[in-house]
Amino acid sequence: MSIRHFAFASLASLFIAGPVAAAQTLLNVSYDPTREFYSEFNVAFNKHWQVQGNEPVTIQQSHGGSGKQARAVIDGLRADVVTLALAGDVDELYKLGKLIPENWQQRLPQSSTPYTSTIVFLVRKGNPHGIKDWDDLVKPDVAVITPNPKTSGGARWNFLAAWAYAKQHYGSDTQAQAFVEKLYKNVPVLDTGARGSTITFVNNQIGDVLLAWENEAFLALKEEGGENFEIVAPSLSILAEPPVAVVDENVDKKGTRKVAEAYLNYLYSDEGQRLAAKHFYRPRNQAIAAEFSTQFPALKLVTVDKDFNGWKTAQPKFFNDGGVFDQIYQAH
Amino acid sequence: MSRSISPVIPGFGLTLGYTLVYLSLLVLIPLGAMFVHAAQLSWAEFWSIVSAPRVQAALKLSFATAFAAAAINGIIGTLLAWALVRYTFPGRKVIEAMIDLPFALPTAVAGIALTALYAPSGMLGQLAASWGVKIAYTPIGITLALTFVTLPFVVRTLQPVLADIPREVEEAAACLGAKPLQVFRHVLLPAMLPAWLTGFSLAFARGVGEYGSVIFIAGNMPMKTEILPLLIMVKLDQYDYHGATAIGVLMLLVSFILLLLINLLQRQIAKS
Repeated sequence: MSIRHFAFASLASLFIAGPVAAAQTLLNVSYDPTREFYSEFNVAFNKHWQVQGNEPVTIQQSHGGSGKQARAVIDGLRADVVTLALAGDVDELYKLGKLIPENWQQRLPQSSTPYTSTIVFLVRKGNPHGIKDWDDLVKPDVAVITPNPKTSGGARWNFLAAWAYAKQHYGSDTQAQAFVEKLYKNVPVLDTGARGSTITFVNNQIGDVLLAWENEAFLALKEEGGENFEIVAPSLSILAEPPVAVVDENVDKKGTRKVAEAYLNYLYSDEGQRLAAKHFYRPRNQAIAAEFSTQFPALKLVTVDKDFNGWKTAQPKFFNDGGVFDQIYQAH
Repeated sequence: MSRSISPVIPGFGLTLGYTLVYLSLLVLIPLGAMFVHAAQLSWAEFWSIVSAPRVQAALKLSFATAFAAAAINGIIGTLLAWALVRYTFPGRKVIEAMIDLPFALPTAVAGIALTALYAPSGMLGQLAASWGVKIAYTPIGITLALTFVTLPFVVRTLQPVLADIPREVEEAAACLGAKPLQVFRHVLLPAMLPAWLTGFSLAFARGVGEYGSVIFIAGNMPMKTEILPLLIMVKLDQYDYHGATAIGVLMLLVSFILLLLINLLQRQIAKS
């Protein structure tokens, strides 16, 4: 599916790369669960943009696995802005493609992450296994569903959240590794992406608990059959910070820098923040976060930057070839 | 080009030129680019990538399941082709049309459907589970998906050959005192075998490269149910283009050698 998506994205780029039309178009290359949020945000931004006396702008969205989307942009998809799942993927736009400057993350407030999310547990109705916290996931009779962190951005947040919990409760790296090893022994299926895991858990009814993005978990409850599930918030989780960036190389070629920058800045406006919250992303703006305080449980959240020294350290240590995740599976 | 003997078929130069351009654009250049990419690795680097335990496990799994699927289709496909060619029965046209469906259906759809059916909670999966057999998320599930995807190859290559064997040949053999098994062994099998091998190798080659349907039913557990094409995707997701091409080259080489062997076998049979 991903190959097909990639091929499609490349094909789409052929058309998008054509002569610049009179009306400006903006391509937002994003990851999977933001689809509904950006559909609504694009309409709101367009209104705001025209109120300021500008021509209307056509905004196109592209969604897929975060890593694959980054690769499509590196390989030539003419994205004006990227809104991906982790900073590590946006870093590659600098490292492999030199499409953005190295300090891209300092160009917008809060390290260029206008909204955040976290990792929660989705369990079956009535919580038959009594799952309350990470410790319950390593019990021998519990089956945990989570995608493969090597192919899924969301799965990397899951992994790090489990690690952070174990580190705080059991102390050393060795013990944290033993904990996640035990947890992954309870994983019967490693799907390649978050959507695949949701299908496995919801449709194929495999497993007792799904590790999910908070916004995905809320979406699952809203959809048909949502009454069969419950959200459980663990005592500690991770602050997932999906970053946004203007792709300098592309906006300068297409002459869309002004509108692209306005687009991302609008994510920080009151309306942008409110829309994010409506789609179950945690807003950065404290006042607006307070409006939605009943929706989001207060959680103790660790961050990748403080607790893992950023993605530049975490990615090679945990997920590259020979990293902790590989060691877990090579051990037995 | 003043050749004295002009070829019998007109337009030889044109068709040859067209074929070469076509093959270059679609096959040679993309594959060549892969080799060029992989050539940037030293032998030691290439070896350390392809000899990693995970890659080796996936290599064995991919080729073993593709072989099993091709073998299953070799038997069931032959029966299907036989039934479709030799008998007329109500609904034959429908079945005939259904044979090609696995080619038309997006492989991801096939994978999701098979998983839903054969997962421990699925209709057939429950039945299998009651006998203590797990299908989805095991190599059996992978073989199942590959069998589905490669079903048409053996059937479609055998059908015209079977249709060309007149019934009289069998009758003549029977009149000369051959038992049914002898008729099959000495009359039908030699005629079928070259086409059968073609169908088998097509199914096998297709199965080795299949990705879309397998990832849903495989469970993708490292060292256990991870196929080679998935490892290529994993490498790409880590922006490891070299590692991905190294595995691609490995797959291509192993497939090439196996197909070459099948071809040689086919020649041997044709000679005898």
